[in-house]
Amino acid sequence: MTQRQLRMPALSKRSLWSETGMTSPRIAIAGASLAGVRTAEALRAALPNARIVLVGEERHAPYNRPPLSKDAIEGLASGHPSQEQILEKLLLRSKLSPGDVDLRLGRAVVSVESGQLRLADGARVSADWIIAATGLRPRHLPQKGAEERRYVLRGFDDACRLAGRLRAGSRMAVIGGGFIGCEIASTACKLGLHVTIVEPEPQPMLHALGTRVAAAMGNLHRRRGVRLLTGRRVHSFSNGNVVLDDGEALEADVIVEALGTVPNTEWLTGTGVDLSDGVLVDDRMIAAGSSNMLAVGDIARFANLRFDATCRRVEHWCVPGQTARRAAETISALSEGRSPSGGFAPMPSFWSEQHGMRLQSFGAPALADTQTVIEGDLSQVGEAPIIVEYARRGELVAVVGLGARPNSLARHHARLDKATIQTMSA
Amino acid sequence: MKIKVDLDACLQHGQCVIAAPEIFSFDDDGNLQWKAAPDEALRDDAEAAADACPEQAIIVE
Repeated sequence: MTQRQLRMPALSKRSLWSETGMTSPRIAIAGASLAGVRTAEALRAALPNARIVLVGEERHAPYNRPPLSKDAIEGLASGHPSQEQILEKLLLRSKLSPGDVDLRLGRAVVSVESGQLRLADGARVSADWIIAATGLRPRHLPQKGAEERRYVLRGFDDACRLAGRLRAGSRMAVIGGGFIGCEIASTACKLGLHVTIVEPEPQPMLHALGTRVAAAMGNLHRRRGVRLLTGRRVHSFSNGNVVLDDGEALEADVIVEALGTVPNTEWLTGTGVDLSDGVLVDDRMIAAGSSNMLAVGDIARFANLRFDATCRRVEHWCVPGQTARRAAETISALSEGRSPSGGFAPMPSFWSEQHGMRLQSFGAPALADTQTVIEGDLSQVGEAPIIVEYARRGELVAVVGLGARPNSLARHHARLDKATIQTMSA
Repeated sequence: MKIKVDLDACLQHGQCVIAAPEIFSFDDDGNLQWKAAPDEALRDDAEAAADACPEQAIIVE
């Protein structure tokens, strides 16, 4: 099967609602980014007769987001290649063929009423299964002021807007030292901006990476010329300045709010599912309190039995694919009168690029209570390869590489996989 | 089944090596190696590797 980019308009009208049957269910997927597209692909493969509607709020064909804080925004800032060429390169290669799904872009799902999706254009979509893949949106600071120079970064249009302000010599204040904030800071440095990060915690990326590695990453930013203000918050915006809680006023030509995210779940209000943080799902991706609604991707709050029974949302790029396959398995099994196989224990992984260095994580470093450097030296971050093991109560839960060679990381991954599977069966 | 990798796009994240270790590997110098025509029985792994590639550098035919 040739992979192709998913860019077809709504083509498929083939007997969409005319028949019902156990193996040709009507499936509506709300959200047409990575999670929605991967779910549609997995469903198409498992249930060739399923009638799938894929609804996306953005007008662009589905695209890949991680480069938006890295090389894509760098390209957009330089003007070469063109916006169109950069988007073209980001478009998701998809296994779907034109006609495989009824793709409706540029309209949001507004609500679920009587088992039907109601779309922003007034259309209603009847479905036997509803899959929530609506993802996240950036959190904003509540303070007013300086609106004309405040930016967020989540989608391609956000990146285009922000890129227009990335000019050498400009002063950028990044509010929030999480991964997105740190990646934008790094890219802006490369483009010759003067960058300050304001982070309320004592280290950037602290909860994700733990004290020692987060401190090393903070040092990397400082050594590359970023002014990193930790333990500080924004008090207000005044005369275009960012005023911090200790009274310091940062002059900034461009302000990036990188404060984390809010799940796009308002459209599910009133459906009875648990929306306390994303959508609570069981190990089949079925929403708690529902029999025919599932959630995938960034908004799914699930337990990963590889680590424990606590339900968490996981904002890693791999999660859309992993939860999409699981959701498709569930729907195909139940549609064919089988029980889905038990257990869901995907291996988490994420990566980041900062100041020319790759950070690669496998497992769940945020759960660890200790970090042990097993290769290299954290004082050499960005200069020489480093590998760090993360353990919880003495059990290996993650391996993180900082500028590490991919072949050595792959070996540690295999060891981590074994160790965490043992934890699961213990 | 044929596997193609766009080495201009590949940034050596190594996700494919993890998703499909019987098809993809790194040699001692850290270069990506892969079987260009693996057994059809490995198709699920191959497609999982293509899906897992952050650079969309893997094409399965």
